[in-house]
Amino acid sequence: MPNFEWNDLNISVDEDGFMDQPEDWNEQIALALASTESVDVLTDNHWKVVNYLREYYKEFGIAPMIRKLCKQTGFSLKEIYDMFPSGPAKGACKVAGLPKPTGCV
Amino acid sequence: MAEFKLKPEELGRINYQPPRKGWMDPHVDIRKGTYCYGAVPETLRYLDLPFPKKWQPNDADWQLPPNWKEIIFEGMRQRLNKFRSFKIFMDVCVRCGACADKCHYFIGSGDPKNMPVLRAELLRSVYRRDFTLAGKLMGKMIGARELNEEVLREWFYYFYQCTECRRCSVFCPYGIDTAEITMMGRELLNLLGLSIEWICTPLSNCFRTGNHLGIQPHGFKDSIEFAVDELAELTGIQVNVPINEKGHDILFVTPSADYFGSPHYFTLLGYFSLFHEIGLNYTMSSYASDGGNFGLFHSHEMMKRLNSKIYLEAERLGVKWILGGECGHMWRVLHQYMDTMNGPADFLQVPKSPMTGTVFENAASTKMVHITEFTADLIKHNKLKLDPSRNNHWRATFHDSCNPARAMGLIEEPRYVIRNVMNHFYEMPENTIKEQTFCCGSGSGLGTDENMEMRLRGGLPRANAVKHMKETKDVNLLLCICAIDKATLPPLLEYWVPGVEVAGVHELVGNALVMKGEKVRDTDLRGQPLQGKE
Repeated sequence: MPNFEWNDLNISVDEDGFMDQPEDWNEQIALALASTESVDVLTDNHWKVVNYLREYYKEFGIAPMIRKLCKQTGFSLKEIYDMFPSGPAKGACKVAGLPKPTGCV
Repeated sequence: MAEFKLKPEELGRINYQPPRKGWMDPHVDIRKGTYCYGAVPETLRYLDLPFPKKWQPNDADWQLPPNWKEIIFEGMRQRLNKFRSFKIFMDVCVRCGACADKCHYFIGSGDPKNMPVLRAELLRSVYRRDFTLAGKLMGKMIGARELNEEVLREWFYYFYQCTECRRCSVFCPYGIDTAEITMMGRELLNLLGLSIEWICTPLSNCFRTGNHLGIQPHGFKDSIEFAVDELAELTGIQVNVPINEKGHDILFVTPSADYFGSPHYFTLLGYFSLFHEIGLNYTMSSYASDGGNFGLFHSHEMMKRLNSKIYLEAERLGVKWILGGECGHMWRVLHQYMDTMNGPADFLQVPKSPMTGTVFENAASTKMVHITEFTADLIKHNKLKLDPSRNNHWRATFHDSCNPARAMGLIEEPRYVIRNVMNHFYEMPENTIKEQTFCCGSGSGLGTDENMEMRLRGGLPRANAVKHMKETKDVNLLLCICAIDKATLPPLLEYWVPGVEVAGVHELVGNALVMKGEKVRDTDLRGQPLQGKE
């Protein structure tokens, strides 16, 4: 597995840059991972999405349904794509340190 | 799609001139964008599969065991004995070429090794040399090749550039099922630990939690409850969706993406509306919480293991029969393999619609009915009050999902439903639909983002037909009945035909369904305003 280095951080990630150890996530790592997702600055709106994903993940061990993410954060799917260009599953989940969803998605 | 830089006009410029080197040269350039990541070792361990390792297809060293050739030959020998179809398909092809230009990957890439005949020949040439007398005697003269590491790489590359969609088989005068050849190729590669992440991670998830996404029971319940609440906001009606409850007549099984992804989710709302309105006595299950079966993309053994959980759960819950949702490959497993793998399911009853009394004789052995058959039957018997004008904001065409169309002949039922729930429906050209339907280009476990170039190439013929509909009929919606379609057609269309959205048939059923006691409907299930209520 590759390692991703950013400033003085060194994170073990998969081929797509998703964290191997989601439990090691912190806000500094979110900034580091955002830099790989064409997200230069994490605004309050970004954090709203990321924090919601983290909370959901802690309880359920997976990302929430996309529709639920939109509704609970108050952002449309398009707005989430505007914030995270690879979308909720690939972009937002990566920044939040969640594993990549797989299957018919 | 963030990383994909090539413009449509560049990708659409396809060179059909074959390369100068002969087909027997196995060398392939395993290029980024045209392959899927290797399986993660933990998932292989979880599934008790051999040779787990950290590995990527473009690595120089594939970490093969020293006796890898013996393993492959023994694997071939066993499969030639076990599957008569495999032996026949190895022997019978006359290289007529009827299949050559029928493959979406060939059309979209121009690579001659994506002609189904030649893709099969990659395996057949090794079979010929080591399993036939003529090949042993005459070797190269009759197209026999020696198995070496380059050949193995070539197998991997091209057997993961086939979506097992079986369009080519429709045109084969011998009826060679090229998907089964790909399945054999992948099974042989599995023996050396050479599989892909997008297949093995969902498989291990499915064993762990009952679905490909790895959603645990409390997460499953949370998602279903969210859908029920949102449906109440949209329709004013509180529906009840039983989970893991004994004492119901029917077990409803649908792809896990229906309660995770978009636009799948809106189809889920459609199912729930329908079941409530007809008073269906059903339950869902958090154990059989996926209709999909990525085992089909891996091996017969894995397909059997995954399929069995649906039936174990049907038995445990004591239902009479099983209703299946809008899934693609699940129906190939159900219709063509289940009966001899895990069936017959004699502990269940021959499915009979409680509303119309129709007996589904076609499912007499598997006891599982497709949702569009079920709904078409309800409509035919006037059991639903429908207002097709509620879909007037959509101008739709229908993508026959490969497996329901070709593997179970489900051609007219979805169309019958569509015509009854909407007013603006138009068919794509005949040679791109029904049993000749073009694949989404991302099926059989290949729908992962690192493989985006091949997905966009493979999906080009389908997208091209949709483009034709957009230009001639102003179509803005592509309907389908498969969860992989719902996941992979949106980026495909965004690339080739921007402005066309994707939806499941039962989303439109849900829009049109007039429910007793509903509130005035101003929006569709997506929350978009209906025509005239903008």
